[in-house]
Amino acid sequence: MIDRATGLGAEASPEFEAQRAEWEANWTSRGSRRSEPGSGAVDRTISDLPLKPIYGPQDVAHLDLARDLAFPGEFPYTRGIHAGMYRDRLWTMRQFAGFGNARQTNERYHFLLSQGQTGLSVAFDMPTLMGYDSDAPQSLGEVGKCGVAIDSLRDMETLFDGIDLGEITTSMTINGPACIALAQYVATAEGKGTPRARLGGTLQADILKEYIAQKEWIFPPRPHVRIIVDMMKFCTAEMPRWNTISISGYHIREAGSTAVQELAFTLADGFAYVEAATKAGLDVDAFAPRLSFFFNSHIDFFEEICKFRAARRIYARRMRDKYGAKDPRSWSLRFHTQTAGCSATAQQPENNIVRVAYEAMAAALGGTQSLHTNSMDEVMALPTEKSVEIALRTQQVLAYETNVTNVIDPLGGSWFVEALTDEMERQAERYFEQIDEYGGVIEAIEAGFFQREIADASYRYQRSLETKDRVIVGVNAFERDDEQAPMDLLKITAEIERGQARAVQGVRAGRDGARVEEALAALKRACADPSRNVMPPLIDAVNALATEGEIVDAMVAVYGRYTERAAF
Amino acid sequence: MAERPLRIIVAKAGLDGHDRGAKVIARALRDAGMEVIYTGLFQTPEQIVQTAIQEDVDGIGLSILSGAHMTLFPAVIEQLRAQDAGDIVFFGGGTIPADDARELKALGVREIFTPGAPLSQIVTFVERECGRRRALVG
Repeated sequence: MIDRATGLGAEASPEFEAQRAEWEANWTSRGSRRSEPGSGAVDRTISDLPLKPIYGPQDVAHLDLARDLAFPGEFPYTRGIHAGMYRDRLWTMRQFAGFGNARQTNERYHFLLSQGQTGLSVAFDMPTLMGYDSDAPQSLGEVGKCGVAIDSLRDMETLFDGIDLGEITTSMTINGPACIALAQYVATAEGKGTPRARLGGTLQADILKEYIAQKEWIFPPRPHVRIIVDMMKFCTAEMPRWNTISISGYHIREAGSTAVQELAFTLADGFAYVEAATKAGLDVDAFAPRLSFFFNSHIDFFEEICKFRAARRIYARRMRDKYGAKDPRSWSLRFHTQTAGCSATAQQPENNIVRVAYEAMAAALGGTQSLHTNSMDEVMALPTEKSVEIALRTQQVLAYETNVTNVIDPLGGSWFVEALTDEMERQAERYFEQIDEYGGVIEAIEAGFFQREIADASYRYQRSLETKDRVIVGVNAFERDDEQAPMDLLKITAEIERGQARAVQGVRAGRDGARVEEALAALKRACADPSRNVMPPLIDAVNALATEGEIVDAMVAVYGRYTERAAF
Repeated sequence: MAERPLRIIVAKAGLDGHDRGAKVIARALRDAGMEVIYTGLFQTPEQIVQTAIQEDVDGIGLSILSGAHMTLFPAVIEQLRAQDAGDIVFFGGGTIPADDARELKALGVREIFTPGAPLSQIVTFVERECGRRRALVG
């Protein structure tokens, strides 16, 4: 006999047990009575996790309040990483933006900042992401389309024209050439008189998930991870306010993974960087407080909330118990969230506003530190200014009107939410075991493990839409026969591409060629020598006005280019 | 009905790494009984058409989600014509606005499927169009 329950499931009275037995006999045993489209999946989440019709104390009886939940700001951070959460500080409203050339994107940044956005997030175009200059043959038709084209330091300077880099924080989604973007950002700030020590922000720089899902790689995995460790060393020593690397599950989910795969693969990537950095001699507490994560917020509301809560708990436990971190800041998982691009539809695009609002609310209830809300038209093109404004207003309504910010982790203690959080943690641990069996993340990538798991999941999901077990409004149910009037879409013209190509040629013509040659030769020497750090020669090369394509070519000469064994 | 199964290339071109849709389509066509060759990422239009000819395919499906469709689709058409392979059924999909899709179809792309298109519709289209081509070309 115990005086009080230590766990989450309260000791039930005999009366309650009798009620439960009767309810289960009557109801739990039978299936759903719905038969219309979309009712084939009432007993599982969008990721195929099993769902019961109702949850009760017996589902969480194995959980312990102190061990598994505790309090916000306390280990294992299930309920949030800060004691005061949004009562003390709202999440950062950070809209990912970039298109055309640096001048156009700079104008969009000034607009967003004037509308109350609180941080910047740079989207780069495909050539920039893949390490090609705008006038390279590979760039034809791609310049400025998916983001802003950045070729040299001159473009980066234009991008942040009129913005105080000592005040704003900037996130840059650039993976392969992240080290170059960091060098350009440092050079831009220092050119304006802001020392690197004052710069705040983050780089996605998470190359492992490129091989797993997003496919924007340049070098093979091992040298790429070495470059990331160099960046972590450099930032640890010289940029105390910079979050060295943001580890991203967003693209894993967009590539078709389940929520559990997103959770497990992303954290596994994070732990792989921790292992690489500690192996290179860094103390875990010297860099771990400045790691951050980036997750997707998909449309299955509760599953997403549980994913965020499980992520914090898994991370805290592993960082403390496996990697020996002593600083509580090394235990707490901070994350940015973006609503799910893959949940948006081209059909009846205004419906996307509603989807985004639910997904944003899941992120807030899950305790995100910053948030990007997608624009309704992003499934068809880059967003217009109007649709970006609606997306930002969606966050503002959530933050200022709904009052979900006033109570911390308001779903904590829900039998369902706690049970699902626990189930996701267990399933993620199972994936960690499988990855260990391969010998680690890089080995599992080389074996095609992640790629296969994701492709299987995305095909299963697509099949469930075909059979109408699941419904997407406007796509496989409630369609309109009459084609709606096309929306105004943002068009990036060929003139942008030609202008950008001319500009980079102008930069090459106007600089000191000998200085560039010298800087690139020095960079190659640093790349070839594992005892050196690539960041200082990169900053020199950027300042000499070497273009991104030239820098990448120099590095490829040392490291080679990655190619994937294609399979489906 | 043809004796040997229809052969289709599912291709990714340019710098676009979004391969979720391409892989789903490849599997759906395979499950429908076709022989599917997936090119992998970052192929040039020349490479795609060369592979198509070497592999003696009935159709090419090109997937583009990076916005470069107005450059890459016409480049494949040009290559098909140059290689005297204009009979191969060329179709595609991705984030392609309706206006652009109309223009591409006028240029000779047989069909453009946008996000949300049912797999069954794509399979039916490929079976019909490539089956017709097979009947004509053999």
